[in-house]
Parts: sequence; structure tokens; C-alpha cells
Amino acid sequence: MFTGFFYKLREKGVPVTIKEWLSFVEALHLGLFKSSLNHLYYIGRALLVKNEAFYDMFDLAFQEYFGGIQTEDIEIEKVLKWLENPKNGLPPLTPEEMEELKRQKVNIEEMLREFQKRLKEQKERHDGGNKWIGTGGRSPFGAYGYQPGGIRVGGESYMQSAIKVAYERRYKNYRNDLILDVRQIKMALKRLRELKREGEEELDLEGTIEKTAKEGGELELVFRRSRENSVRLILLMDTGGSMLPYTNLCERLFSAASQMEHFKEFRYYYFHNCIYQDVFEDIANYKRVPTEKLFVNFHSGYKVIIVGDARMAYSELFDVNGCIDYFYTNDRPGIEWLKRLREHFPYSVWLNPTPKALWNHPTVNAIRKIFPMFELTLDGLKEAVLALTSKSRQVLT
Amino acid sequence: MGHEYRGSSKYIASKELMEIVNVAIVLGKPLLIKGEPGTGKTLLAHSIAEALNKKLIVWNIKSTTKAKDGLYFYDTVQRLNDARFGDRDVSDIRRYIKLGKLGEAFVSEEQVVLLIDEIDKADIEFPNDLLNELDEMSFFIPELNEEIKAKHRPIVVITSNAEKELPDAFLRRCIFHYIEFPTPEMMEQIVKVHFPDIETKLIREAIKKFYWIREIDGLRKKPSTSELLDWIKALRIGGVDPERIEREIPFIGTLLKCEQDTQRLERFIMNQRGSYEVKRRFI
Repeated sequence: MFTGFFYKLREKGVPVTIKEWLSFVEALHLGLFKSSLNHLYYIGRALLVKNEAFYDMFDLAFQEYFGGIQTEDIEIEKVLKWLENPKNGLPPLTPEEMEELKRQKVNIEEMLREFQKRLKEQKERHDGGNKWIGTGGRSPFGAYGYQPGGIRVGGESYMQSAIKVAYERRYKNYRNDLILDVRQIKMALKRLRELKREGEEELDLEGTIEKTAKEGGELELVFRRSRENSVRLILLMDTGGSMLPYTNLCERLFSAASQMEHFKEFRYYYFHNCIYQDVFEDIANYKRVPTEKLFVNFHSGYKVIIVGDARMAYSELFDVNGCIDYFYTNDRPGIEWLKRLREHFPYSVWLNPTPKALWNHPTVNAIRKIFPMFELTLDGLKEAVLALTSKSRQVLT
Repeated sequence: MGHEYRGSSKYIASKELMEIVNVAIVLGKPLLIKGEPGTGKTLLAHSIAEALNKKLIVWNIKSTTKAKDGLYFYDTVQRLNDARFGDRDVSDIRRYIKLGKLGEAFVSEEQVVLLIDEIDKADIEFPNDLLNELDEMSFFIPELNEEIKAKHRPIVVITSNAEKELPDAFLRRCIFHYIEFPTPEMMEQIVKVHFPDIETKLIREAIKKFYWIREIDGLRKKPSTSELLDWIKALRIGGVDPERIEREIPFIGTLLKCEQDTQRLERFIMNQRGSYEVKRRFI
């Protein structure tokens, strides 16, 4: 039942697995949804969605699948009462609605009979059928729900509220692909780690046992260093004019990276549009550091993240003296510097704050041939971190 | 299931959360609770234990916690020491095996509530190491050649602050709920639970200000429920007139814990009103 909902969820990008779907079905059969769409919404979500980042997609799927339903909570006693005395319970129909009904060739009496029949069937087939009917009833009669004057039962409208919640899309801000805050960036950067035994001394139990046994029972304590993250990170950030719209985003990335206590070392430099023979330590006073120094001071184990839109004039990347700064001369074109960076730092990635759809640009394409490029979104950042930690060099597209 | 969770006197749970707790109990699945600090994740387990009158076993997770710590602990060092210096009988290995929190929950004679608090503090692989134990509710102690099996499936509540993401295989087995930050109305209820005899006007003003501060962009640590409660306590002890809260923020230190945030708030107020007077009064 509701299998369509399962596929709807998958279609919307909620990673629901069969195992989770089966527990959903189990809950359904145990009557845990209490024949209310509201319960189905919250409990279903608890069973099927395991990360608030997908709540919004769940809402989208939910409103598409259940959104058309006009019925409210089906309370079984009321349904039975109403069935005894159908005339009183029937909501008045407008002429158009009658027309509609006739067009669809659904006889109201027939519909009621069918409803009653199914109600009985379900009761016989299932334990705790009372509860089951509502939800079950909803499904076979879901179609009727769309019909004007279909089976509507009064009571507090839980269903509406669930659908309302779904329509409100309150969880939009939890989506991974839309918003990046400092904490999320930190979480992504946390994965950037390589544990090495360089930390505090601690008792090596296994070593102690082995040594003691070898000494014939003379207690011999062995110590070793605890594991510590050995990642050293260099952040190179573009502060060129075209990056202005992304200042906020880059600031967040920067503050996340600098607040992280778990890197062994963290360095950052700035550049304008492209990297030439100098990078800036401090952009405000134009304090320069020769790029050459990076190669001398930092060994190739350093991980490098370059942030920039990679979009510039063709000459800025490919020409001698192509730098946007008029008073700055560069003997080697920017692209050569970028290639050298990549050669020296094999663990390097390029994060681009512009959406991937806009990447089709000569300089972006050229840079993508040098550095693996990722979007500056949470998902992109995660991929980038993965690329930085994987042993093999990223294959470039 | 004779008992159904309906919240407890000290804990305000939303209706959907209560239902989800009950579903988790019926299905016998661990309940994973995520949410901002101060949304009452940990308290939920206490509340369930209180409401259902069951014993609560708390397993606090630290960055160094290993999955095995929850199962059992084999005190090799003690045994080594006894073998070398002590006069105790070291041949009985059982004396050096102590059950962890999970083990304790399994061998309990009655069903217990097991809280695995802040699971995200541990290593990324930690939850995966618990998969089988939580599925089967049993584990094996090779040293004793013995299996510890749960007599009664404990009600497992797991909390996470989302510092690390949890592995998919683990998530698949859990029932998940994200506790949203309480709405002002709900917050009022929560405050009243803690301070039953407090003036409503004071609560309202304090809560209004509290949410206003939370809205400010760029705070390093937004004040949470516990900070609000501290603040209200301070306001009460200081005998602050509710009218005053409208104009200024007394005892700001209880709400904002770091210097940058206080400065951020200052700047924000100054930008908003553009006056130096505010700053003076505020400090």
C-alpha cells in the first residue's frame, strides 16, 4: 500500500531503502498511524527520513502524493453512524458536483455500499482493524476523496494540518544543497583528517601484555603516542570583483576553517582573480608573499583548497602581463602558476561558489583541467574533502 | 504494550514526538533524536523513564568512547597487577570482566530505558560497531565464551548534536526525529514548568527578547533553552522589572557566553537605533 509514495520519495531525492519502507508498512499494519494522515506524516517521516536535510523533500513528496485529499480524519464510529443514516450525513451537493458525479458514472448508493463492504472486509482480515480501516479506507477511497461530495467525515482535521505542514515547507532551510552555515562547513571539514600517532602518550595495553608475557610475567609498561590529526591545510581565496556576491559565503568558509581546532596547521592567502608570482597574506595592506615561498615552505603533503569563481578575462589566465592589476607585471601566465601549484600540491581542489550550470566558460574549463572543481555547497564541499583525502589523485574531467 | 508514553510532568513534548516515542517502543527500534542544543533531547529519555516507571541507564559518549566500552570491559591491567603483586586468584577471568552500560541494560531483570547520549561525539565509525548489538540485542564475550542476550529489549534513545554525520547503515535501523527549536508559545510552557510561580509578564518579555536575540545573524552561539532559564532565574533574583527588559538586556552574560557575540549584539543594537546612548545603557 502507498507504494507510489515510496517511489515519490525516491523521485524527490529522499534516500529511502526497502528496509525502512518495510518498517513503514509494518507500522501501517500494526495500526500505529491511528487512521490519521497527521500521524502518517510524522511517524512516517520518523521511519523513512533519517536526516532533517531531507525533510523538505519529504514534504514535497507528501504534498504531491496526499495533497489532493479533501477528507479529514476518518473516525470509525462516526462513519458507522453515518452509514446507518446516510441522508443526514451526506454533505449537500452543488449541481455542478452532481453533474461531475454523473459524468463519472458513480452512483452514490453504490459507492456507500462499496465503502461498507470494504470496511467489513478489512475488519475481518486484520487484527485491530478499527485502526487499519481508516488508513486502509483512505486508500481505496482515496479516489473518492477527490470527488466532490465524496465520503467526508467530520472531526478535528489532522489531515489538513499534516498537508498544511507539508505545504508550508518549513524545513526548507535544512536542505543541504541550499544553505551553508559555518557549522555545516565545519562538519564537512571535520572529515578532513588523517590520524597519526603524534599526540599525547598513553598506555599501550596490547604492547604491555605482550612485553609482560615476554618478560615472564614481570610487569612491563609500554607507552605510545595517541592518534592526532595530521592534516595541514592551505586556503587560497579569490577576492576579485566578481567574487563580491559570494563574500558572505567565503567568509563563512574561512571562519569555519579557522575555527577548526583539529588541523595541525592552517594557512590562508588571498589572490585577485588568478594566482601569479605573489599571493597576499593580508589583502587590506597588500602584504605580499612570493608564491615560490609556498613551494619552499610547505611540503607536498599540505592540502590546498582554492576558492574562486575561476572566471576571468582570457588574457588574465593565458598571457604574460595579463594580470588585471595594471601596475603588476607577471613574466609567466597565470595558468603556469596554477599548474605548478597543482604539481607541487597533489592534494588540492578548487571550490567554485558559482553554480555548476554557469561553468561553461573558457577560463573555468581551462582551470577544471588542472584542478578538480566542486561547487561551494555542502555536497560539493563533501566531495572536495573526499577528493582531498583519497589516496589516488583525482581524475580530472 | 500496557504503557503508552504521554509526556511527564517535568517535560513538555510535542504531540508528534510522543507518538513517535510510542511507535519506537512498539517496533522495538532505537529512537534517534537530533536537534539544536537545549531542545531537550537528553531530557526526553529521562521523561520516558519517569512516565513509564522504568529504570534509566545513561551511557555518555565521549570522543574516546569505543563501542566495546558499552558492552564489557576486561580489566587486563588489574589482572596483570594481581598476577604480579596481588594475592588474589587470577585464574577466574570473570572477576576482571565488567559489563558496560549496554551490557547492564541487557542483563537487567526488567525492561529499562537506555540513553546513549551524544553519539556523534565518538569516532565516525562508532555507530557502525553497535549495529549488530542493537539489532540482535545481544553480544558475545570471547574471554568467557558466553553470550549476553537482552532479557527485555531496552527502550533505546540516542541523541545527536549533528557534530558528525552518522553512517547510513546505522540510520536505517533507527527511528529518527528532529526536534525543532520550541516556538515561543511552547517555550512559555517550558519556562512555567521550571518556574511555576513566575509572573507571566516577565516570561513574555524575556521570551520576546530571547527570540529577538536568536534572530540576530552571525552569532557564534545562539542562546538556547538552558541559557534562557538561567537568564530568567537571574532576572528574578535581581528583581528586574519586566518593563526594563523591553528597553535593555540586564545580565546579558547569562545569555551570550562569548565576547564576540556580546559585541555583535552591541553593534546590532547600535546599527538599529544608531545611538550611543543605547550602548552606554546596555553595558
